[in-house]
Amino acid sequence: MNLDFSDDQKLLQEEAKKFLTKEDALKINRAVMDSDKTYDQDLWNKIVELGWTGIRIPEEYQGLGLSHLELCVIAEELGRQLAPVPFSSSVYLFTETLIEFGSEEQKQSILPKLVTGDVIGTLAIAETNSAPTINNISVELKDGKLSGTKIAVPDAEVATHAVVVAKNGDSVSLCVADLNSDDVDISVQRNIDESRGYYSVSFNDANAEIIGDEESGWSNLEKIMDHAAVLFSFEQIGGAQASLDMANTYAKERYAFGRPIGSFQSMKHKLADMYVALTLAKSNSFYGAWALSSNAAELPTAAATARVSATKAFQLCSQENIQTHGGNGFTWEYDCHMFYKRSKVLSLNLGSLPSWREKLIKSLEQANIKL
Amino acid sequence: MDFNDTPQEAEFRAKCRAWLEDNAELKTKKTNSAKNMNVGNKSLLEAAAEWQKKKYDAGWAMIHWPKEFGGIGATPIERIIWAQEESKFNVPKGVYEIGLGMAGPVMMEYATDEQKERYLPPMAEGKEIWCQLFSEPSAGSDVAGLRSKAVQDGENWIVNGQKVWTSGAHFSDFGILVVRHDPSLEKHKGLTFFFVNMKSPGIEVKPIKQLTGGSSFNEVYFNDVVIPDSQRLGEIGDGWKVAITTLMNERLAVGDADGVDANEAFELAKKHDKDGEQLIDNNAVRESIADWYCEASGLKNTKLRTMSALSRGDTPGPEASITKIVSANKLQAIGNFGMDSSDMSGMLMDEESDFIKFQMAWMGAAGLRIAGGTDEILKNIIAERVLGLPQEARADKGLAFKDIPSGS
Repeated sequence: MNLDFSDDQKLLQEEAKKFLTKEDALKINRAVMDSDKTYDQDLWNKIVELGWTGIRIPEEYQGLGLSHLELCVIAEELGRQLAPVPFSSSVYLFTETLIEFGSEEQKQSILPKLVTGDVIGTLAIAETNSAPTINNISVELKDGKLSGTKIAVPDAEVATHAVVVAKNGDSVSLCVADLNSDDVDISVQRNIDESRGYYSVSFNDANAEIIGDEESGWSNLEKIMDHAAVLFSFEQIGGAQASLDMANTYAKERYAFGRPIGSFQSMKHKLADMYVALTLAKSNSFYGAWALSSNAAELPTAAATARVSATKAFQLCSQENIQTHGGNGFTWEYDCHMFYKRSKVLSLNLGSLPSWREKLIKSLEQANIKL
Repeated sequence: MDFNDTPQEAEFRAKCRAWLEDNAELKTKKTNSAKNMNVGNKSLLEAAAEWQKKKYDAGWAMIHWPKEFGGIGATPIERIIWAQEESKFNVPKGVYEIGLGMAGPVMMEYATDEQKERYLPPMAEGKEIWCQLFSEPSAGSDVAGLRSKAVQDGENWIVNGQKVWTSGAHFSDFGILVVRHDPSLEKHKGLTFFFVNMKSPGIEVKPIKQLTGGSSFNEVYFNDVVIPDSQRLGEIGDGWKVAITTLMNERLAVGDADGVDANEAFELAKKHDKDGEQLIDNNAVRESIADWYCEASGLKNTKLRTMSALSRGDTPGPEASITKIVSANKLQAIGNFGMDSSDMSGMLMDEESDFIKFQMAWMGAAGLRIAGGTDEILKNIIAERVLGLPQEARADKGLAFKDIPSGS
């Protein structure tokens, strides 16, 4: 029985934690929030230098050739310190798609550039305020040209490329588009988390190249969403742990009625509830990490389970952290709101909590999996 | 990451499995293990005694105990593997768990060598059954507030008072007992720990009828009961320290709530329909089941993380402390869901129907949320021991026990 990370993976995690603490990622996140930027270039450059963008990229494409497990421990640390970089878009979404479905030629031309940071990728799915489905995609790919508008595309400004989910005749295909093309218009969209950038991206007969089987675009997308659900769940448990730690520290330092507020049972029970939710989420994320790294048949179920638990845990911990801080928690000055906002962005970016509960039940119906 | 045994663990598991297959029957969907300790249920007692003896003779009764007391000195991970395998078989439960799980460790730590030699092997063999006498009518969550009195009289102690919620007292031979030897001391300092022969003159056991209608626990009255000082465990005044050892073991022993889970809710929802629409097609139902599944999966994987640490020979983290809170609440919710799914007829009980398991879950869960530490106390423990939050300000701090307000 070994539902845990290896010593080497834990060492990598410790190094990531030290690096982000030394850089003061949380302070950088605040600076990004206070500016009109949506990421931090300097922190991103350092992350690229550390090789994190190439963790999963095979050595033949100049990557580190490591597994998803190494990516999970990095994700947890990025989530804990809210690092404002396009890592998740480029690594969990774009790179995963390239590795899973890219042709040899696509891999050779793009993967090495993801390692060096010359290519930064993202994934464009949403179009309207309804959940995207195989039936309502209207951005269209015709004769190698894309037309239509995507919304809520993460990191589109810094990204050089995007995987785009497009209608292609009677089916849905995934295709790669160059976002620097003159035929692509990108404009920033105001969103709830000032440290993250979301954009509308309009394609005006822009060149695009199909990636993966052109008929299987939707099922391929679902597979990438499962991968990303596990990886994001580690960002979520990192953020949830940080929120709980903040609440815990404050509950010990803040006095009311002549004693630390953490000595009141109502506060203890609140923090215990946070700990319970986080522990369930962490254990489910470990299970997701196992399923992802071993490409297990249980992956759709494990990914949805990790996603639902981690979303609930981060939302609970970040909102109750504000509550624990009282009025201070509602100020811009305290860090609580940064976690609150990130938790909501992370709970929506791959589809909402109800959508993932539904995915979980569907996977149980299909696989007939028992606990 | 993997879910595999190490080669040594696999070998040990195969050994457990082989012996169990030769000596017991695998559980099937239909087998219902007898685990209710009903008063006068002689057949359960006999069956449990027979199974315990069988295990003892083959060395499986208390495998983590040293050889001289009937164990094989098994490691913590081997103990879990044995329990996992045994739980797959239809064997009697509910008679020996408290004695072996709580009295055993205390005797092992505090009894003299002669006492260990005298009492531990028969405990493991199942010849003598033990119970635990802690809670009192006025001391539940605040168990250190207990009032049963012990007065020293030469080589003996004279005990008077009342214990309550004592599981299995009606068929037990011995019990572990904590009493107050000096009410002029502070609450936690005036307690002393003993073991007592349950057949001693002056002990009276009265069963308590539970809300399920069954009676697995009792009131136990002590009227001038004589306990030799040689049966004291720990120093005079160390009762709380000794009791804490036991309570820690109790929390591990109570653990998971048995019964219906997300799977059963899922199966039920697929069976029921309303005007042709299956319950499982209802969004609210789907969301609830998804959440229960995530909790069940979270508990299962938490357990596997604990096992992973034990398998490496490390001390597990505090993650297992969430188990009872989550499982007992989930059980109650699923019990409610099950009955709601049958609408107006959900209240009707039929012993012959499989549906009764939802009603039993609903009833039993109300007790599980209290037994072995209430939800509220367990959350305090997580807050104080895991998260390091300060203790609640207390109205009884620094007072002699006799001066503490009791509301009566």
